[in-house]
Amino acid sequence: MKRRLDLLITLFILLLLWQLAAWWVNRPILPEPRTVFLAFLRETRDDLPFHFAASLWRVLASTALAIATAAPAGLLLGQSQRLNRLFSPLIYLLYPIPKVVFVPLVLLFLGLGDAPKILIIYLILFFQVLVLVRDQAAALRPELLLSVRSLGAGRRALFRFVYLPASLPAILTALRQSVGTAVAVLYVAELYATQRGLGYYIYINGSTFFDYPAMYVGILAMGLLGVGLYTGVDYLEKRLCPWK
Amino acid sequence: MAKSPPEVIPTSKAKATETEEARVAIEVRNLSVTFRNGNGGLRAIQGISFCIREREFVCVLGPSGSGKSTLLRVLAGLLTPTQGEVYFYGEPLKEPRREIGLVFQKANLMPWRTALQNIVLPLELQNVPKAEARRRAMELIELVGLHGFEDTLPRDLSGGMAQRVAIARALVHDPQVLLLDEPFGGLDALTRERMGDELLRIWQARRKTVVMVTHSIPEAIYLSDRVLVFTPRPGRLRLDLPIYLPRPRTEEIRYSPAFGELARRLRAEIG
Repeated sequence: MKRRLDLLITLFILLLLWQLAAWWVNRPILPEPRTVFLAFLRETRDDLPFHFAASLWRVLASTALAIATAAPAGLLLGQSQRLNRLFSPLIYLLYPIPKVVFVPLVLLFLGLGDAPKILIIYLILFFQVLVLVRDQAAALRPELLLSVRSLGAGRRALFRFVYLPASLPAILTALRQSVGTAVAVLYVAELYATQRGLGYYIYINGSTFFDYPAMYVGILAMGLLGVGLYTGVDYLEKRLCPWK
Repeated sequence: MAKSPPEVIPTSKAKATETEEARVAIEVRNLSVTFRNGNGGLRAIQGISFCIREREFVCVLGPSGSGKSTLLRVLAGLLTPTQGEVYFYGEPLKEPRREIGLVFQKANLMPWRTALQNIVLPLELQNVPKAEARRRAMELIELVGLHGFEDTLPRDLSGGMAQRVAIARALVHDPQVLLLDEPFGGLDALTRERMGDELLRIWQARRKTVVMVTHSIPEAIYLSDRVLVFTPRPGRLRLDLPIYLPRPRTEEIRYSPAFGELARRLRAEIG
């Protein structure tokens, strides 16, 4: 409750600063909050939901794909020293490369449509989840594993009863850390070769139609998308890992 | 709980008169364990042989690095010896068995499971029906004195309570043998003595065979029928000392001359 109040106050202060800045700049490129909110209401009845849905779908699809592939791979590497030794140089080299630079490349190979956007976000999330899950699985106390093994648990049971629940928080931490990056990259990816999505929406309204309030509506929507995903992960963490 | 009448303790002779000789639960024959480490290997245990009879309470004493924990891992079937054999009721022991429960110094509970859920785990692994598993786990909760804490997460349990959960977990599927690796090593002295008494009570109630590694001479004497003393690395069996103190044992026995004599003897052997 206290936290919610703090958030509201902070939000109010941000809006206030925006208002002050708008007065001070006093030009169409920085409309007042009121103007943008009215535009927002107008646009929600127009094609904003369509673009929002396109972006949301891309983020969700790539996230689901990343978890479905990176989590098992991370678990596998985390519990097998041999596999980890084999792959860790590769991961070490690839992990720090900013995946955004692959946007033009992926577009060249995959062309139009959702696939290249999803792939790019997927690549970012994949490495984040992989590394965190791997480290979490590798850091499990050997005695915990021994005591479960001593109960006659085989490899499959160890996965189900130990590795999986133990790495759930790592997956969620990885998601929390990469939601921001994912949305940022989504924006960049949507600047190219598409006519759907908030990135496109912001770009087209800002630099082709010069409809600045609509551009801000797009920015606002993108912000909401980010915050929404972030609180979503937060909620999942509380639901799935109450023991953390 | 009804107090069991004082009984004289199974020296093998006393027992032989009432039943036949108690069966051998664990037999260790010429056991050696060497860990690979680059320069010829680290010999942890060398040429150890002994038997442990059914329902015996045996403590293993020895300086740090004398291979006690290694021995316990071999007895749990988690570690394959370099040489020699272990027999469990006459059968060669090759892998972990459900009849053998294991408890470490750290409770090693799953932080994402409540006390009760941790205790249920072995039954879950054996696909025991849920209601039945819960009932048996609740029995254990009572036995180890954790009534009211069944839904508590490990992070909210004290060290002693967590260790009770670990012991309950090792007992819930009713194994015949309980292996304890310094189970009270992380607890303060008072809690430690209380847990020792609890363990004796549980042992008497459930009639298990217990092998326990400890650093504490008084603890070993207070609890066991027999104490095995190991030499420093590589661990060899130095002494196999029967403890003929009457049971059930109470606090007073710690101050008896016999107890002091045994302690002196063990102290000298450990060196």
